Amino acid sequence: MTSTDDNLIEIRELRFAHGPRVIFDGIDLSVPRGKVTAIMGPSGTGKTTLLRLIGGQIAPDAGAIKVDGLDVTGLDNKGLYALRRRIGMLFQGGALLTDLNVYENVAFPLREHTDLNESLIRALVLIKLQSVGLRGAQMLMPSELSGGMARRVALARAIALDPMMVMYDEPFAGQDPISMGVLVKLIRELNDALGLTSIIVSHDVAEALAIADYVYMISNGRVVQGGPANELADSSSEWVRQFMGGLSDGPVPFHYPARDYAEELLER
Amino acid sequence: MTGAIQQLGIDTLNSLARLGRRAQFLLQTLSGIGSLLWRPGLVVAQLESVGVRSLVIIVVSGLFVGMVLGLQGYNTLVDFGAEESLGVVVALSLVRELGPVVAALLFAGRAGSALAAEIGLMKATEQLDGMAMMAVDPVKRVIAPRFLAAFIAMPLLAAVFSAVGVLGGYVVGVEWLGVDGGAYWSQMQGKVDLYEDVYNGVIKSIVFGFAIAWLATFEGYDAQPTAEGVAKATTRTVVQSALVVLMLDFILTALMFGEI
Ligand SMILES: Nc1ncnc2c1ncn2[C@@H]1O[C@H](COP(=O)(O)OP(=O)(O)OP(=O)(O)O)[C@@H](O)[C@H]1O
Ligand SMILES: [Mg+2]
Repeated sequence: MTSTDDNLIEIRELRFAHGPRVIFDGIDLSVPRGKVTAIMGPSGTGKTTLLRLIGGQIAPDAGAIKVDGLDVTGLDNKGLYALRRRIGMLFQGGALLTDLNVYENVAFPLREHTDLNESLIRALVLIKLQSVGLRGAQMLMPSELSGGMARRVALARAIALDPMMVMYDEPFAGQDPISMGVLVKLIRELNDALGLTSIIVSHDVAEALAIADYVYMISNGRVVQGGPANELADSSSEWVRQFMGGLSDGPVPFHYPARDYAEELLER
Repeated sequence: MTGAIQQLGIDTLNSLARLGRRAQFLLQTLSGIGSLLWRPGLVVAQLESVGVRSLVIIVVSGLFVGMVLGLQGYNTLVDFGAEESLGVVVALSLVRELGPVVAALLFAGRAGSALAAEIGLMKATEQLDGMAMMAVDPVKRVIAPRFLAAFIAMPLLAAVFSAVGVLGGYVVGVEWLGVDGGAYWSQMQGKVDLYEDVYNGVIKSIVFGFAIAWLATFEGYDAQPTAEGVAKATTRTVVQSALVVLMLDFILTALMFGEI
């Protein structure tokens, strides 16, 4: 995990703040090629923000983000778009195009970026929809989907162009145990069969540890712990225990930064 | 006191920043229009939702405005025994002023607000971000076709408004009040000048169309990505469009007809 060539993504000394609120305070993180890397952390730590930084949608205040050897922060628009063609992203909310049905949503990147004929597009779309179990829902509009279904359609769309890397923002949220199991398997299989690199953002410790090769735990703007998943799974690390046990006390703070509780209560 | 002055400074800076974003947005949009040559389908689809769906309100309003002009014009003209000139009064009022202006106000209310809301909502639901992450430029794919469609639709709708209005004036003046039908049309043909009146009216509607297209798409694109932000963007579109249209109308009228 040290040589640059083995890592698809290298993040060094990353700093980012929303106004006065510091989200990242010097993060170092590497995502190895061909592996599934999970990024975990409590709600509001900036996991989604991290994916946006990697995709070049927002610019960091300091630090370097390299994707496949390219410095994302230094790319011009054209370079950025060329890079993004090779990245699939599953948005937390799905981000489906509301004026297109499920089929057209999955076909969208194909129509925009390829000159494939209609029958080929159709075959590709149906294959992707079949793999997320929603081929039967192809004619539904996004407003007719449940949150979990919408996320699966978004997944099918994210992999439509066979990218080199897929970033999944909370793919398991809102999934029942069956689709969860199917998704875990699907993400793993996609990763291994197509030689992708996958980044999964999740709260779900058990699922994440089961699917991921590497795990990073982010909290309070820093990487609290990172390493191979199997080592962390049976480590006696405090945060693993805190997360597994769902405890509010531990290394990972449950509360949004605030001033002293007693002081605020007793005020006036 | 210092608070108020400080606020004034903040507001000024904010509106200057907005102005800059507005100009930059326009440049981006205009440069995106070129790529639409290869995908006319995108514009046609928007022409339908922007233009065709505004048609009903334009036709109905045009009819009523024309009928009111017919009534008012007749009442004034008949005192001078000049009711034969009713066609000229109705047509000139519509072609020079009311056609472009009222159609623009209606268009801003019907299509401009819908555009701003639609784009704002796409932003709030991460659809624009999602597109950008799929390496599809949302300005080219979403904004430019809508901008162009609104720009094209506005002059056409203003023309429809004027045409229907002239018919409305005919119904009231000729059918109900008994003005001579031949005179209504022939006086109109004789006195309404193609360059002086019709072209100037068309120029107005083109300018208004540009302003509304710009305002509506920008407000949607620049909206805060929340329900409240979208609501604000929609309101701002209608209010600003109305003010801008009326202001531009005065300036254009002064330039076109002022020196006579
Ligand atoms: N536009 C914004 N302005 C100010 N603060 C913001 C903005 N967007 C996000 N934040 C803050 O940035 C922090 C990180 O947000 P982010 O969406 O990345 O969290 P997350 O880790 O993905 O959380 P979750 O697991 O709930 O999705 C949050 O604390 C949020 O308050
Ligand atoms: Mg998130």
